[in-house]
Amino acid sequence: MGAGAHPLYRHGDSTVHRAPAEVKIVCLLVFVLAVVATPREMFWPFAGYALIVVSVWQLAGIPLRWVLPRMLIEAPFLVLALLLPFAEGGDRVEVGGVQLSVTGLYAAWGIVIKGTLGVAAALTLAASTSAAELPAALSRLGVPAVVTSVLVLMIRYIDLLAAEVGRMRMARISRGDSPRVLHQARAIAIGIGALFLRSYERGERVYHSMLSRGFDGGVPDLAVIGAPPRAVPIQWVLTMIPAVAAVGVSVLAWVIR
Amino acid sequence: MGDPMTVPAVLIEGLRHVYPDGHVALDGLHLAVAPGERVAVLGPNGAGKTTLMLHLNGVLTATSGSVRIGGTTVNRKNLHGIRQRVGLVFQDPDDQLFMPTVAQDVAFGPANFGLRGEQLADRVARALAAVSLTEQAERNPTHLSAGQRRRAALATVLACDPQILVLDEPSANLDPVARRELAETLLGLDATMLIVTHDLPYAAQLCDRAVVVDGGVVVADGAVNEILADGDLLAAHRLELPWGFAVHS
Repeated sequence: MGAGAHPLYRHGDSTVHRAPAEVKIVCLLVFVLAVVATPREMFWPFAGYALIVVSVWQLAGIPLRWVLPRMLIEAPFLVLALLLPFAEGGDRVEVGGVQLSVTGLYAAWGIVIKGTLGVAAALTLAASTSAAELPAALSRLGVPAVVTSVLVLMIRYIDLLAAEVGRMRMARISRGDSPRVLHQARAIAIGIGALFLRSYERGERVYHSMLSRGFDGGVPDLAVIGAPPRAVPIQWVLTMIPAVAAVGVSVLAWVIR
Repeated sequence: MGDPMTVPAVLIEGLRHVYPDGHVALDGLHLAVAPGERVAVLGPNGAGKTTLMLHLNGVLTATSGSVRIGGTTVNRKNLHGIRQRVGLVFQDPDDQLFMPTVAQDVAFGPANFGLRGEQLADRVARALAAVSLTEQAERNPTHLSAGQRRRAALATVLACDPQILVLDEPSANLDPVARRELAETLLGLDATMLIVTHDLPYAAQLCDRAVVVDGGVVVADGAVNEILADGDLLAAHRLELPWGFAVHS
C-alpha cells in the first residue's frame, strides 16, 4: 500500500495513474456530462462511451474482474429504475404477457446505462488516483478549502470508522449476538448510536488537535509536501482525450438524431 | 517580566475550569514549571489532567485563574503565538493524524504558522528525522504501526518548533521496544516537557520532577523518585507502581 491508498484505489504505474489528478477530475466531469446529455432513445452512442471507458481500463491495467464487483454500488438505483416500466403511463407494449410503458422503458434504460457509465468512469478515477493527490488537485481546481478539508477528513476517517464497526460487531458476536435474528436489531441500533457519539467525540478531539497546531479555518496549501507538480498544457491535452472523445460522440448523436 | 532565566516556562495560578454540565474539572490549580524542566503529571482517571493540558495552549478557556507561558498570559488575542510555543501531543495518534500522508500532516502545523516552500519542506524533513520516520513520509498514517503513529504524532508537533511540549499518555498502547524508542526520542529533545501519564516507571525514566493532580488541584509536587517512593501518597490517589517495581530515592 502506498501513499494515501483508499479502498477503491488499485495500485499501479500506468499512464492513467501518472496523469495529474486535477486533469483526471475535469476529464471525469466532462465525460459524465457528455453521457448525461446524450438522448436516451439512441443506443449506439452508449456503446461508444463504454468503449472509451474500457480502453481507459486497458491502459490503466484495471481488470474487469476487479472493477465489476465494485460497480454493484449502483444496484439500489437499478432496482428503482426497474420499477419505471410498470409505473409510467403512456403507450404500452406487451412483453411476455406483461404490459410495459414505452416511456417507462426508455426512462429505465436511460437511468441504467447513464448510471452505469457514470459509476464506471468514477471508479476509473478512484482506482487510479490516491487520496494523497486529492487535496492539492482540488485546491488547484479552485474548490474552496473547507470542502477540500471535509473530503480529506472523510477519506482519512472512513477507514477508522469501518474498523470500529468491525470491532463492535466482533464484540457483539463474541457475546452470543446473532445479527440475523430480528429481535436483536435493537443491539445493532444501539451500536450505531454509540458509534455516532464516539465519532462525534473523535471529531471534537481532532478539531482540538488541529487548533493546537494553529488551525484557524483555512487549510494551508501543502503543495510542496509530497504533492505532484501542477499539470502542464501537454498533460491537459493528453489526459482530456477520453472526455473529448465522449463529447464527440455526444455531439454526433445529436447531429444525426 | 524580569530576567528571562527566572521567568517560569509555565505558570498556572488558581486555574479553575467548570464544564457546561457543571462538572468542576479544575478547582484552583497552581503550578510553575521552569524552562527546560521535564515534569510528570500523575493522577487517577478523571483527575483533570487532560483538562489541564488543554488549557496550556488555550484550546479550553479558564473559568477563572490564569495560565502564563513564558510570562505571557494566555488570552484570546495571543492564541496563535501561544499555540506555536506550546505543542500538544494527544493520547490517540488517530486524533492527531488526519492528512492523507505523514509528511502532509507534519507540514500542517508549520504551514499554519506561516512557513512555505523550502523552509516548510526543511522543517518537515527535520521533524521526521527526529522521530526516525523519514522513510515513512509518503505513507498513509492508517498503515503505520502504533509506535510509528505515535512518533508521527510527535513529529507533527515538533515541526512547529515548540518551546514547551505537552504529551498525553505517550506510552499508551506501545509495545516495549516502541516505548523505549519513544523515550530515547523524548530524552534527546531539549524542550520543556509536561508528560501526563499513568505509567509511573515511564515518568521516572523521563522526568526529574512529578506533580500529582487529583480533584482538580495539585496534591503533591516533588522529585519524581520521592513521589514514587511514597506508597501512602500514591495509594491515596489511586496510583501504584506495577507489580515488582520499587523506586529507590
